[in-house]
Amino acid sequence: MGMTMTQKILAKHAGLDKVEPGQLIEAKLDLVLGNDITTPVAITEFEKAGFTQIFDRARIAVVLDHYTPCKDIKSAQLCKQAREFAHKHQIVNFFDVGQMGVEHALIPEKGLAAPGEVIVGADSHTCTYGALGAFSTGIGSTDMAAAMATGLLWFKVPSAIKVTLKGKLQPHISGKDVILHLIGQIGVDGALYQSLEFAGEGVASLSMDDRFTIANMAIEAGGKNGIFPVDEKTMEYINGRVDRPCEAFSADPNAVYDREVVIDLDELEPTVALPHLPENTKTVTEAAGMPIDQVIIGSCTNGRIGDLRIAAAIMKGKKVAPNVRCVVIPATQAIVLQAMEEGLIQTFIEAGAAVSTPTCGPCLGGHMGVMAEGERTVSTTNRNFVGRMGHTTSEIILASPAVAAASAIAGCVADPRR
Amino acid sequence: MKVYKYGANVDTDVIIPARHLNDPSPAALASHCMEDIDESFASTVEAGDIIVAGPNFGCGSSREHAPLAIKACDVRCVIAPSFARIFYRNAINIGLPIVECPQAAEEIQAGDQVEVDFTSGTITDVTQGKTWKAAPFPEFIDGIIKSGGLLNSLKERGVAR
Repeated sequence: MGMTMTQKILAKHAGLDKVEPGQLIEAKLDLVLGNDITTPVAITEFEKAGFTQIFDRARIAVVLDHYTPCKDIKSAQLCKQAREFAHKHQIVNFFDVGQMGVEHALIPEKGLAAPGEVIVGADSHTCTYGALGAFSTGIGSTDMAAAMATGLLWFKVPSAIKVTLKGKLQPHISGKDVILHLIGQIGVDGALYQSLEFAGEGVASLSMDDRFTIANMAIEAGGKNGIFPVDEKTMEYINGRVDRPCEAFSADPNAVYDREVVIDLDELEPTVALPHLPENTKTVTEAAGMPIDQVIIGSCTNGRIGDLRIAAAIMKGKKVAPNVRCVVIPATQAIVLQAMEEGLIQTFIEAGAAVSTPTCGPCLGGHMGVMAEGERTVSTTNRNFVGRMGHTTSEIILASPAVAAASAIAGCVADPRR
Repeated sequence: MKVYKYGANVDTDVIIPARHLNDPSPAALASHCMEDIDESFASTVEAGDIIVAGPNFGCGSSREHAPLAIKACDVRCVIAPSFARIFYRNAINIGLPIVECPQAAEEIQAGDQVEVDFTSGTITDVTQGKTWKAAPFPEFIDGIIKSGGLLNSLKERGVAR
């Protein structure tokens, strides 16, 4: 019986020739990540346990991104605690305001994630780095404390769902439509305790930004991780960012999967998820015309340069509808600079959108776009749970950057192809 | 010990909304526990009460603040057919008892008097006169629970300084 990509990476990091689904292993970690909400809880547990040393100051990353630049005194206290810990332990990859970006856009950009690595992060969207052919998954704060102290963590080896992509993406369709469609097919617990292993000829047509978006939302199907094969696009992306040796794993030809889901990219429609679960998917044609109050373009899911280019192309020379507030949040400082050079920021501002410094902000109802009672947002973020972005009666429709931009202009949910 | 019953896919955003994550002290988390799914929970919950829910309990955000909030309310345990994997890890790691038992989760009703024996995995609904048996934890995970959480188990093994 062969192994999947995920199983091979985990076996290597556990020092084993072979692992099987369900097996409990302890694996060596290449990177341990935390943010301004989860790291303080981890620090408190780390210190309460009496730990005094971190395992490797170059293999821990702390990114202050959720409530930053700090929205209130309590969040400032949390950042202070994380900052002091990072300085005390001389953590190399500590990113504060000015250098920070939304963590899952920043980590790959800085070359801190590479093919074949095992990465854990106290943030559920840590699964993003599967786009690079790494095993990466979300953990809690106590796990982060243990990981910082030992560089090791226990895992249950996951079985897998093979997601075969056929054909290629059509105009105005992107990675967000692929992952929303998949979650709509298998449900928010469709991949519970499993890995989502992407494969097939369609992978080649996906940009790295598309792959990051898809892997990012594996958790929204309950997945432990989502992972892509390593190809020329992956190598091109890491070239100049990653200078340490890394290993591209591939699934054995006789790898065993619990089941296979096939997605035909040629046939894929722009897809949205209606409140209050990411599995409540509809094609944009079905949802078109729903009234909205706000549009958010950004986040670890869709705040990358490719996403901003798509949105700007649709908004160029047009105006945001008078009933809509549109907030664009580039995910990292490098993306802000690139967007400035390309004139995208000017396009957004001339269209009447607000452009923010990088932050997770409104995605989790933190700041920079929290909703009042009964309001509705079309958002390129990843969750549309009750109260996620504000009042419990407010609503979130998850969508691609193309649908979000078209909706901002139209003043209601709109099809970018029209 | 009374039962609070909820449906499928109870996410960590409704267990503890992000607007309250800026204060991770147990008392603050407890005072907002379940706020966006059940406004009266925090003011009515008593030590020893039990949460029973549908599949995929604790899905979404990795925030450990969610099991911490439930634990800080002195909830005895959470019973569900399945748990989202990060919540599952977090609960084990911090010592919040969770029980995977689809039949019990389906049949127990809100307000029932329920007793749980963690040693034998027996769940008894006194009100309905029914008993169920939950699957035992794997030995490795049981070890973490018996040590009183992940960090204690690491200290016992002497793997961290």
